[in-house]
This record gives sequence, C-alpha cells and structure tokens, in this order.
Amino acid sequence: MPATTGSRTRPAGPPGLRNLTHHTLFWPVVALVALLVANTIFSPDFLSVSILDGHLFGAPIDILRNSAPLLLVSLGMTLVIATRGIDLSVGAVVAIAGALSLSFIATAPDPGSVSTVIIAIAIALGLCLVLGIWNGFLVSVVGIQPIIATLILMTAGRGVAMLITEGQITTVTSAPFKTLGAGFWLGLPAAALIAYGVYLIVALITRRSALGMLVEAVGINPSASRLAGVRARTIVWTVFALSGLFSGLAGLILASNVMAADANNAGLFIELDAILAVVIGGTSLQGGKFSLSGTLVGVLIITTLTLTVTIVGISPLVTPLFKALVVIAVTLLQSPRVRDKLAARARQRAARPEEVAA
Amino acid sequence: MTSSPSADRPVVEMSGISIEFPGVKALDQVDFRLFPGEVHALMGENGAGKSTLIKALTGVYGIDAGRIVVDGAEHRFSGPGEAQEAGIATVYQEVNLCENLTVAENIMLGHEPRRMGAIDWRAARRAAAEHLATMGLDIDPASSLGSHSIAIQQLVAISRAMVVDAKVLILDEPTSSLDADEVAQLFTVVRRLRDQGVAVLFVSHFIEQVYEISDRMTVLRNGQRVGEYRTSELDRLELVSTMIGRSMDVLEDLHVSTEHAVDVEQGATPYLSAVGLGRKGDVRPFDLDVYAGEVVGLAGLLGSGRTEVARLLSGADRADSGTTRIKDVPTRLRNPRAAISQGIAFSSEDRKSEGVVGDLTVRENIVLGLQAGRGWMRRLPRRQVDEIVDKYMAALNVRPANPDALLRNLSGGNQQKVLLARWLATAPQLLILDEPTRGIDVGAKAEIQKLVAELASQGMAVVFISAELEEVLRLSHRIGVMRDRHKVAEIVNSDDVGVDDVVELIASGGEH
Repeated sequence: MPATTGSRTRPAGPPGLRNLTHHTLFWPVVALVALLVANTIFSPDFLSVSILDGHLFGAPIDILRNSAPLLLVSLGMTLVIATRGIDLSVGAVVAIAGALSLSFIATAPDPGSVSTVIIAIAIALGLCLVLGIWNGFLVSVVGIQPIIATLILMTAGRGVAMLITEGQITTVTSAPFKTLGAGFWLGLPAAALIAYGVYLIVALITRRSALGMLVEAVGINPSASRLAGVRARTIVWTVFALSGLFSGLAGLILASNVMAADANNAGLFIELDAILAVVIGGTSLQGGKFSLSGTLVGVLIITTLTLTVTIVGISPLVTPLFKALVVIAVTLLQSPRVRDKLAARARQRAARPEEVAA
Repeated sequence: MTSSPSADRPVVEMSGISIEFPGVKALDQVDFRLFPGEVHALMGENGAGKSTLIKALTGVYGIDAGRIVVDGAEHRFSGPGEAQEAGIATVYQEVNLCENLTVAENIMLGHEPRRMGAIDWRAARRAAAEHLATMGLDIDPASSLGSHSIAIQQLVAISRAMVVDAKVLILDEPTSSLDADEVAQLFTVVRRLRDQGVAVLFVSHFIEQVYEISDRMTVLRNGQRVGEYRTSELDRLELVSTMIGRSMDVLEDLHVSTEHAVDVEQGATPYLSAVGLGRKGDVRPFDLDVYAGEVVGLAGLLGSGRTEVARLLSGADRADSGTTRIKDVPTRLRNPRAAISQGIAFSSEDRKSEGVVGDLTVRENIVLGLQAGRGWMRRLPRRQVDEIVDKYMAALNVRPANPDALLRNLSGGNQQKVLLARWLATAPQLLILDEPTRGIDVGAKAEIQKLVAELASQGMAVVFISAELEEVLRLSHRIGVMRDRHKVAEIVNSDDVGVDDVVELIASGGEH
C-alpha cells in the first residue's frame, strides 16, 4: 500500500533507519507494540492463546473480535474521508441496524430459525444501504457539506431507531443470530472473520481495480477529476453507500453481542473512534491519499487501548483522558512539523560538541 | 569560492546548495552570491530551480547540503522567520496582504509600536508614512489597501518587507500583473533601494525587464548553476541559449510549421459545429466550426469569453441555448465525460485547480483520463500503462523522467506537459487548449507550440486559446475574435494578417 507522505522532511540518521522511521505507519505500529508490551508487563500471559472446546481463547483473540465493528465502520469512513467527506451518521446507522434486526426477530413467529435471521439481516442491511445512499444523495447531488448532511441522519437516526424499538430495549433469544457476534467459525470469532473478510475484499478491490486511484483523484482535486472524465459524483455517492452498509453490518455484530437493541446507546460515539482510527492510520482529513492498512492499525490501537484500560486497572473515570493522551502522542509523532522540530533539535545537539571543539 | 570582483563583500553567499525532493533533485551543488547595492536577476526555465533556491534562502525549505552565509555569519534557517531576522525580506508573486486593512496597518502588521501594552496607532501611521517616504511613495497611510491598484499594493508589500531593515530584498515575479507604467514605478523604487545599499534579488520571466533593471545575473538550468554574468556582458540570445541549453533553432523552426491554407473545402463536414451555442451570463450565442486537421485560435482580452467558449465546447459548462453537432450529429455535451466520449479533450487554463492532481504520481496523472473513461472496474493493465506513460513522457520531454514523482513536485511547464499527455493518451479528435503555455518558459512553450502544429497536421482538430496574440497567429488557421463575451469576428489567417489587425478587430468589435 503506498504510504507517500506529502511533506518534505529533513534527513536525520542513517538512510535505512530513516526510511523506516519516516514511514507513515512507523509510529502507529510502535504505539500498538508499546501497548501490547505494557499489557504483557501487567499481565504476563496477555499474549498467550489457548484452545478451549475447539475455539481459540486469549486476549489477542478478544482484540480481534472486539475490533470487528470498529473495523467495519472505519473501513467505510476511510473511503468517505478519502473523497474529502466525513460520515457522522455511522453510530445512528449502527443503532438502526440493531433495532431493526432484533425487532424483526422478536416479532417473527420463529425467532430461532435460520431463515428468520437471514431475512432480518437482509432487511437491516438493505435499510442501512438505503441510508448510506441517502447520505450520498445529499452530498453528491444536493451538494450539502458532508459534515452537515450526515449530521442530519446522526441526530434523526437515533429517533428512527427509537421508533423501531418503540422506546423499549428489545431483548431477543435467537441462537443463529447470536453466532454473528459471539459465535466461532473454524475456531475463530465469527465477528472477526466477517469484518476482516470484508476488509480484505475492500482492500483488494480498491488496489487491484482502479477504484482506489479514482477515489484519491476525486479527494485530491474534485474539479480536475471531473474535467478528466472521472464520475466524481458517482464515486462520492458510492463511498457513502458503502459506509452505510458497513455500519449496518457493524450494528448487527454489536446487537448480536448483547442480543438487545438499545436505540440510545448502541454504537454511541463510534463515529469518533472511527475518525480517530482513520487519522491515526495516516489518512488526511483533507482527503486524497488513503491507507487501509493504516486504518487497520488505528482500529487495533483503539481496541487494544480499551482492553488495556481494563487490564492495567485504570479507573473508568479517567479512561477517556488516558485514551486522549495516547492519541495525542501518536498523532503528534506522525506530524511532519513535529518530526522536523525533533530532527532539528537532534541536529543542534549533534552540532554543539563541534562548536566547543572549534 | 572566488573573491568578489569589487571591494564589497557579498551580503549573501550560498555554496554547494543541494535540495532533493522525493524523485526530484531540485538543486544540485548550486553556488550563489549577492552583493549589496546590486540588482541581481535569477534566470532559468521553469523547473530550473529558481523558486527552490529562493525558498532555501528564505528558510522555507531546509537544505540537504551546502552553506548559507548572510552578512558574514553562517545560518541554518529552519523557518521563514529566522531568515527575516537575518535581514532577508521577500515579496512573492501574489500579494500577501490584507485588502480590508489600511495601508499603515499592512505595513506595520507585527511590528506595531506599543505604548503601555496597547498599539500606538498614531505612531504606527507615522512610521508607515516614513517608510513610504523613503521609497518615494505618496500614498495616504490611512487609506484601505483594497482601494489601490495591484501595482501600489505590490509597492506596499515591498515597504512592508523593508520595515525590518532588510539587507536583502527578494522580488519573485513582481511584475507579472503590472502594466508598463506600473513596472516603471516599481523599478524606480527598486533602484532607490539599490542605491541605499540593499541587495535586490529579482526573478522575472520578462527578459526585457531583466535587462532594464539588473546589474548581474545567475543562470540556473536543471537544478545546476550554469554561470554568473554581468548583464551588460551577456546579450539576449546568449542568455536564452544558456537558459534552455541549446541554440534558438527550436524557436525559429516554428515559423514554418503551419501552412495557413488548410483543406476546408465545401462539402467537408466539420468535426464539431456549434450553432447559436451560448450560456446566460457567460457568453452570448456564437457559431463555430472546427474541422479535422485545423487549428482554430480564439483571440481576445482576458474576460472576453474565450474560456467560456472552450468550456461550452467541452461540456465543462452546460449550454442553455444552441446546439452542438459532432460530425453532423446533434449531440448534447451534458458534462466533460460526455464530451470525452465524443473524442473531445479540454485542458483548462486553471492548471492548478482544474488540471493537476498533485498528490498522485506523474504516471497516475497521465492515465487518469483514460482510466476514467474505462470506469473503475476495468483497470488498465500495468504493461499498457507503462507503454503509454513512457511514450508520452519521452514525446513531451517531461522532466524529471521519473513516472513515480508526485506531480506537485514538478515545475509548471512540466506539469502542463503531463496534463497534455493525459489528454493525448485518450486519443482525442478535438483538442481544446486554454492557455496551454501560460506561465511556462520559452523552451517548454516552443515544445508545446510545435506539438500543437504537429497534431493538427496529423489530422487532429485543435482549438487554441492564448492571451499572446503572436502565439495565436503563429499556430492558427482560422481565428475567432472575442470581445465582451461575444464572438465579434472570424478571420482566416494568412501571412498578411498581423497582430495589429487582430488588435484592431478586438478594439473595433469587428464593426467595419
């Protein structure tokens, strides 16, 4: 995946190391490794994976499973941000997907049958796709700024979810549906298999077809792309539709985890985590070049961070603060300006002994 | 380092400066010196490294190798602020001032005299007036900047730069938007500053102005210093040859490249025919035929509607009256995509915002149009991409010859060539070029003109728009004359038609 940074950076250190440290993903990966190391210090068997009842268990597996919804949402968010957009409505869409699927299953004559669950999933995903298309319509056809266009659904969407659940927290018992979030396939969490499967497909499509380049062209210079014959409008529309669809899938996984549709709290603030994951991954909010592998690293950092808070025993009261500090550190280290400053300081320090000698 | 020819010590001495961008070696071991009390012109084609050298001196770019000595002290600038403190003031091409503030506020911004913590406005206005006076300018410091012409604003920008008692004043293309009188006014100020002992570094595309104002010049080519000359000892022809690194033959060749009488017989069908095409507020309905193998020039002043005509012909804007026929078939060009599918390629005059996709590579920029036409699912095979990219980069002599360089790291002229390559790769039958040679140097200009003539002789229809009437006359078979958003005349070009005739048509509105 190309990780070309825009800025000019000054050389510091030997070239091999320099290329490595100047790779956009260097600091995010360092942060992820540091988090894992910190966890292992506090809990020495953190990284161990055991087999229980034919399933894999352990903190790394938990990270994979817990990261599934955020990965799906961030995947759509990356593409939207690459076209200079932003999708604030993903959290609401997550809630709607959960509300709709569980309400359908709850009212169905046979909640435990596979066919009921499949229909529920199809209806929920269908509606979420339509919601994504709605966002895309507002942005690409009507021409509303993405942040405002998706703010509409962000606020209205929770209301829609409330309407669907009639204000109740719908709880359901349905074994097939529960598999989605809590089940295992081939020894691995089903949720992780779904999310990482979708991730791989999207990564392959964007880089093996011309979609990635066209998305970037639209994000970097929309009017030049239009004049070059790129279907800029269709592309923007498509990424918003995909964002809706992926958020719906994330909503199903989250709902299946708890088997309850909570219109108010399902997917709350997930849009912020997703935007964060994208930014940590090195995709600029100004659009253009995007990095799906960066987004993956960002998602893993955020998920691990949440787990770390529990393991290290940080009080839930200061959890947001702790998260914020880690995020600030990672983003600062990625910023070319800060890096230049640090490099300049290192150079000054290196230059000082010479002056003394002279 | 050689010792200076005069008794003076150079105020700026740059030696062995190298700067590398990803994929581009912008400066390679460049030496440069600047003496107090001289006007020094920095010359070179687009991409020669002029801007990069200036940005190294003003601290915008860090240097990868070399030394910068200002006034006897070595500096390593890590930002424009440090360069300013060292006494280097810069006035850029675009005026970077606040139009809605007063002249005095603009001059003193950031250096306001203070009294008890608050800004002493009366003292500020007085100081601003003094600065204006030292430059011989009679402007009311209390007037708002926006009420003055661009030329005056430019002079105010210079006063502002001189507030810090600069020893070095860098003027980057200061005359590009000034008329002759305004240039004279600017030069008066520049000479005055020079006589006060300021070292002035002057960058301009206008060779005549360089000869008028400069005492000495340094010529750069491909990121390297070719030489330093006294202006009086280097004639214009030698200068241009030094800049482009070859003799003037390329330019001379062009005069023979067009035969004016193209075979536009009765009965032939134009490739594109516009009848009563117009758009409210943009351009009044006009008729225009473009035949295969012919260059149709559009002449007119800035804002006369030339660009608007091009945008209607290319689907960039939608016409609200009239019809377009492609090979005699009525066709609606609803958007650029529709036009491209009809074999129409349009290169916008606004290279930066409507052409260049800066963060993509040269390769991606070249295939963008072709790939867009195929849709995202049918990706161009890599081998085909490489063939196309190699072919056009060689044909158009794109420098650096590195398809992986980001387009924004290329010079203006080379960006323009890449954009031309993008359009040529789509194998258009009608090529609409709006100001393809604006802001690019002589060498690239000649190459592009030559290419246009060649393409037409191979059977492509071309619409060519340029503010330079000489260029339009040199290339076109027929010329449409625009005035006040209206096509006022159409003439067949011949050796008898001169710039004066076209100017007269523009002036008279074709009414005789």
